[in-house]
Amino acid sequence: MNISAEIWQAFVVCVAAIFTQNILLSYFLGLCPFIGVSREIKAAFGLGAAVIFVMVSTCMLNWLAYRYVLLPLNLHFFRFILFIVIIAAFVQFVEMVIDRFSPRLYQTLGVFLPLITVNCAILGASLFMVIRNYTFIVAVGYGLGSGIGWFVAIVAMAGIRQKLKNDRIPPGLQGAGITLIITGLMALAFIGFTGVLQGG
Amino acid sequence: MAQEILVAVLIVSLTSAALATLLAVSERFLSDYGQCRVLLNDEKEITVQGGKTLLSVLSDNKIFIPSACGGRGTCGLCKLKVQEGAGLLLPTEEPYLNQQERDSGVRLSCQVKVRNDLKIQIPEELFNIREFTCKCAEITDLTHDIKQFRFELVEPDKIDYIPGQYIQLLTPVYEKSSEEVYRAYSVSGDPADKNHIELIIRYVPGGICTTYCFKYLKVGDEVRFNGPYGQFRLTDTDSPVVFIAGGSGMAPIKCILHHMKNNGIKRTAVYYFGAKKVKDMFMQDLMKKFQDELPDFKFIPAVSSPDPDEKWDGQKGLVTEVVKRDLKNAAQHEAYLCGSPGLVDAAEKVLVELGLTEDKIFYDKFA
Ligand SMILES: Cc1cc2nc3c(=O)[nH]c(=O)nc-3n(C[C@H](O)[C@H](O)[C@H](O)COP(=O)(O)OP(=O)(O)OC[C@H]3O[C@@H](n4cnc5c(N)ncnc54)[C@H](O)[C@@H]3O)c2cc1C
Ligand code: FES
Repeated sequence: MNISAEIWQAFVVCVAAIFTQNILLSYFLGLCPFIGVSREIKAAFGLGAAVIFVMVSTCMLNWLAYRYVLLPLNLHFFRFILFIVIIAAFVQFVEMVIDRFSPRLYQTLGVFLPLITVNCAILGASLFMVIRNYTFIVAVGYGLGSGIGWFVAIVAMAGIRQKLKNDRIPPGLQGAGITLIITGLMALAFIGFTGVLQGG
Repeated sequence: MAQEILVAVLIVSLTSAALATLLAVSERFLSDYGQCRVLLNDEKEITVQGGKTLLSVLSDNKIFIPSACGGRGTCGLCKLKVQEGAGLLLPTEEPYLNQQERDSGVRLSCQVKVRNDLKIQIPEELFNIREFTCKCAEITDLTHDIKQFRFELVEPDKIDYIPGQYIQLLTPVYEKSSEEVYRAYSVSGDPADKNHIELIIRYVPGGICTTYCFKYLKVGDEVRFNGPYGQFRLTDTDSPVVFIAGGSGMAPIKCILHHMKNNGIKRTAVYYFGAKKVKDMFMQDLMKKFQDELPDFKFIPAVSSPDPDEKWDGQKGLVTEVVKRDLKNAAQHEAYLCGSPGLVDAAEKVLVELGLTEDKIFYDKFA
C-alpha cells in the first residue's frame, strides 16, 4: 500500500472511531472515569484532552513494541502485560515532565494523568489496533480517533449533566444511575452514524 | 516449551526493568526541586527537600495537620493558608474551598507540592499536636466486627485531649500495604486516665488500617499516632443533649460520658444508639452504669432488624425512626452525632424536622 492510500485509510479509521465505533459508546470502555469526572465541563475537558494525548502516544509506543519486540520473538500473547506496563510508565513519565515544566498545563491536564493509567479504553485501543492488524500510520489514526471519540462523549455528557443539575431526578437514579441511562441514550444516538461511513 | 517460557519471562522482566530504570532516573532529575524554604507564621523557617507535598513535608518536620483521608484529597481537613508560592489552584482542591477561602489563599496541603520557597500560616493550636509512641496493652472483642484497643503511652507518656477529639493512628508498612498511612480514630476511653488511650474500631473489609489492627496488631506491639485533632466536643451550655450514634460512633460519645461523670456535669442527656442486629450491640452494661451514675441520663438502644431467634425487648427500628418517635420535639436540644456519613445525614434530617436548627447540631462523620 502506498503512503497516500494509507493516510486515507487512517483518516477513515479515525472518523469511524469517533462516530460509528466510538470506544466509549459502542464498546463501553473507560466508563469509570467517564462517570466519575463528567460532573463539570471543565474537568471533563481536561480529562478528555489527557485521554487523546495518551491514547495517540501509547498506540504508537505499543505498536512499535508489538511489531519489533513481541512479533519477532513470537510472544504476541504477552501483549496485555507489556502494553499495561508501557502505558503506566509512559503516563508517569509525562506527568513528571509536565509537573516540572509547565504548572499551567499541569493544572489543566497533568492532574488527570494518574486517573487514566488504569483507563481500560487506553489499553482497549492498543489491543484493537493489533488485533485488526493496522499499519503504523493507520494505528495512529485509530488512536487519535478513539481519543477524540472518548473526549466528545465525556464533554457531551458533562454538558448534559450540568443542565440536569437543577432537575428533579428520582433519588434512586441520582448520580451514576442517571448517567448510565444517558450514556445508553447517547450510544443509541451514535448508532445513527452507522452508514455514514463504511470503514474501520 | 520451557525455552519459550524463559524467553517470555526474560523479555517482560527486561522491559519492565528498563522502564522502571527510566522512571527512576527521570524522577531523580525531574522531581529534584532542590532545597526549599518554608516560612511558618512569619517566624519560624524550615528548610526542606522540594518535590513532596506540603502535608508530608510538614509532617516530616513534626508539624501535624489534620488529614483524615491520609492525603488522598477526599476529606478537605488539611486546609492551610498559603500566602506565597503555592502555584495555581488545582481542580482536585476546588470542591473543598469556597470563594472566601480561595480569595484568602487557603489550599489543601496534601495537594500543594513544594517546588519553591513558601510562606504559610498554621493555626497556633496545631503546634500543640504531637507524635506519640505507645504500646498495645489490650484488645477486646465487642462484636463480631468491632474491637476495643487500649494503648499505653510510652513517649510522651501523657496526653491531654478534649473529649470528642480524635487521633491519627499510623499504619506501618506491612504485607497488605506498601506505604505508611494515617487513619483517624476518635478517642473512646476515660480522659482522666492520661497515660492510656482507648479506641473503638470497626473492621472495614479490605481496609488498610483496620485490617492491620484486626489481623496483625498484637498486644505488646509498638504503635505510633499523632493528635489530638478535631472540633467535636461538648459545649458548655445547659441545653439538654441528644447523642445519636451507631457502630464505632460509640467512641467519642463514650468519652464525653466519662467526662460528664468526672466533672459532675448535670445536663439532661439522652443517647440513642443504633445497631442492625442484637449481636451488633455492645457496652450496654456500661451505658446502664452511666445511667445510674449520671443524674439525668438515659440510654436508648435501638435494633433495626433483629434475627427471628434473637431476643430483643428494647426499641425496634432504625435509630432515626426511634428518635423521631421518642423525642418528638428537639427545639431546645443540642445534638451530637457520630458514625457513618449515611447515619449522620439521616439523623440531621430528622432533627431538623423535630425543630432543631443546624447550628445546634455537631457531628463527626467517619468517612
Ligand atoms: C474524624 C473521624 C473519626 C473517626 N473515628 C473512627 C472511630 O472512632 N472508629 C472507627 O472504626 N472509624 C473511625 N473513623 C474512620 C476511620 O478513619 C477509617 O476511615 C476506617 O477505619 C477505614 O480505614 P481503613 O484504612 O481500614 O480503610 P481504607 O483502606 O481507607 O478503605 C478501604 C475501603 O473501604 C472504604 N471505607 C473507608 N472507610 C469506611 C467506613 N468507615 N465504612 C465503610 N467503608 C469504608 C473506602 O472507601 C475504601 O474503598 C473516623 C474517621 C474520621 C474522619
Ligand atoms: S488530607 Fe484529606 S484532603 Fe488533604
